[in-house]
Amino acid sequence: MRVVLQLLLVVLASPLLLGVINKTKALMAGRVGPPVLQSYRDIAKLLRKGSVISETTTWVFLLGPAVALVVPLLASLMLPLAGTEAPIAFTGDLIVFVYLFALARFCTTAAALDTGSAFEGMGAARELTFAALAEPALFFGFLALARVSGGLSLTSFMTMDGGHWRRASAAMVLVIASWFIVLLVENSRVPFDDPNTHLELTMIHEVMVLDHSGPAFGMILWGAAMKLFVYGALIVGVILPASGSVLVDLSAILGGVLVVGVAIGLVESGMARLRLVRVPQLLITASLVAGFAVVLVLR
Amino acid sequence: MDGRFLARRNAQAARLADVPLVDEAAFRAAVLDAVLVDGCRIASLFARESGGAVELVAVVASDETSEVGLVRAVLASDSFESLTTECPQAHLFEREIAEQFGVRPEGHPWLKPVRFHGPWRTGRSVFGDAGPGVTDFFRVEGDEVHEVAVGPVHAGVIEPGHFRFQCHGEQVSHLEIALGYQHRGIERALVGGPTKKSIHYMETAAGDTTVGHAIAWSQAIEALTGTRPPARAHAIRGIALELERLANHVGDLGALAGDVAFLPTASFCGRIRGDYLNLSAELCGSRFGRGLVRPGGVAFDIEPARLEMLQGRLETSTRDAKEAVGLLWETPTVMERFESTGMVEPDACEEIGMVGVAARACGRAIDVRHDFPFGIYRFAHVPVMTAHHGDVNSRAFVRWLELQRSAEFVADQLTALPSTPVRVVPGAIAPDSIVASLTEGWRGEICHVAITDSAGTIARYKITDPSFHNWFGLALALRGGQISDFPLCNKSFNLSYCGHDL
Repeated sequence: MRVVLQLLLVVLASPLLLGVINKTKALMAGRVGPPVLQSYRDIAKLLRKGSVISETTTWVFLLGPAVALVVPLLASLMLPLAGTEAPIAFTGDLIVFVYLFALARFCTTAAALDTGSAFEGMGAARELTFAALAEPALFFGFLALARVSGGLSLTSFMTMDGGHWRRASAAMVLVIASWFIVLLVENSRVPFDDPNTHLELTMIHEVMVLDHSGPAFGMILWGAAMKLFVYGALIVGVILPASGSVLVDLSAILGGVLVVGVAIGLVESGMARLRLVRVPQLLITASLVAGFAVVLVLR
Repeated sequence: MDGRFLARRNAQAARLADVPLVDEAAFRAAVLDAVLVDGCRIASLFARESGGAVELVAVVASDETSEVGLVRAVLASDSFESLTTECPQAHLFEREIAEQFGVRPEGHPWLKPVRFHGPWRTGRSVFGDAGPGVTDFFRVEGDEVHEVAVGPVHAGVIEPGHFRFQCHGEQVSHLEIALGYQHRGIERALVGGPTKKSIHYMETAAGDTTVGHAIAWSQAIEALTGTRPPARAHAIRGIALELERLANHVGDLGALAGDVAFLPTASFCGRIRGDYLNLSAELCGSRFGRGLVRPGGVAFDIEPARLEMLQGRLETSTRDAKEAVGLLWETPTVMERFESTGMVEPDACEEIGMVGVAARACGRAIDVRHDFPFGIYRFAHVPVMTAHHGDVNSRAFVRWLELQRSAEFVADQLTALPSTPVRVVPGAIAPDSIVASLTEGWRGEICHVAITDSAGTIARYKITDPSFHNWFGLALALRGGQISDFPLCNKSFNLSYCGHDL
């Protein structure tokens, strides 16, 4: 039951998150903006469409979207979104969590390279470079949380009783800040990437999926929304203490993730994209911030 | 510029016979001296057919003396010695001459088609008849070098153009731009005119510079017919030209913000651009100012009620624009993106003959409104705005400064419109004459040259849009830069494809 609820939350609520971000951005820019439910319509539209597939591509090209859709779902099963137990939990599951997404990235970049397009190759190179630099930040955060929670699985990180805010508030703030940056880069948001741009030379994630169309592209969009939701849920779960009640926890996660969506919208409204050569500097900063959190909890 | 040229003011006609006709060597020496020694610019350099032979005509502009110099030479053979080897700003003009008339500029370092059309003289092709964009591009060789080809069909709704980048990772070693996809044959269509169609060709030569080109054309016709438009017409033309500048500058600043994903300015400027376009629509019924400027004056007057409404709306729009654009300079992340991106060195800017906003952003204080005053600008001055780094930030900042000056100018003109009629009827066109007419469109210097035949119809009409001078500047701005910065650089120049392709 919990497993089903949890999966339904991720599958159904993730496009809403995109809607909230877009609405926030529109309001901040003085526009009405698309309806909050627009992402559902976009995905539904794409799933009904036909696809154009380049003759130069192979099965790898379609593997990308498939893996990109499944991985966030699998990863979400490692998070205790409903209650205090995750459907899949074991010591060290956080490593599997991180590398599931790495697997998805491998498949999407392979699919991009499969087209043989100069743009997509460029995007793939950028995506991998930045992902490699974001990884330390994530792991330093895990290290700090392992020390604070006393466990070595995502479940233990996300079901702390609230005492962690009294014991290690400074470290927690650093970890959350660092992870928010990781969330932005992993999900191709401003200031790292611009989800709205149509300029193929500046894109990172979008340029890798230029050749995908119809259902395959719909799966990519949906998968990306779920990935964003999962990262948001991880951060919210670490911030909020677990109550143990399925309904309370589910709504707390959903509400929290939507607040994260508003925060993303505010960031995107208030600043410009970084110059591409500056991106590594910010990612290294994120790693250092998480590194300081480790120092704080170890002292 | 010296006695080897016939000196004329902006839009002052001359008898063709008065323009010195010299031999090739003297022509080359005269133009090179004017540019390299006297600091003139090549405003236009073109060829025409004269009695079966090809004649070169040079129009050099002296920003210091406010004079344009004319000189011409008949070619003895199907080739001539290239000027480009010593004077790079001639490079695209010479490629154009080679393409149109099948004469070869010997020694030209990069002789390629400009617009990929067949020669105007049958059987005289220098390039063969490959389609648009089919040509050899400059290539950088090496294991880690890769080539990125963009266009002619782009991801956004923009005009077609082909861009070839030679990259090492994210770094661009060289960018080559191939245009010509928008070639419509405007210059040839004007021969034998003016006809009823002519003004419409002008208004769509570069659609976003309707007023600029229409004024240049009207000035040329007025000079050839000896017509003096009434003062009120000059004022209304000035208002329309500055409204065009306001709309485009605001639109560009918004688009620059959009390219760095800075939403507030992008959204507001998109709307404010529409506000300015609507002011043009209030003048003449067209948001792009079509149907307003006509030889002899303007087609629409401004009644007192409309005048008041225009004043009110101009003030509101300008206040909004200042707020929206002001955000850019207060946002560090935007400044970080703009500053030192897409730099053009001042020397390179001068050498390749850049004009307009892009040149003023490199510290070159050239502005046709100031240097070759025409129409209302002979009486009301608009200060020349410059910036000094030649980067995206400078080009944006020059737009911002000009936007404010233009708004002040329009407000001033609206309060003091002369009370005269707005149009007089031009007479007959003088035969065997030539005139060079310059205006400052929102991108930069627009140069029209008209030559009439013995029957008083147009024998040759040469249009030089500012984009024609500046496209190469964009290629230079990218050298050593990041390929991901290209869209931003491109937008900061915002050059016209159709104005180049004609």
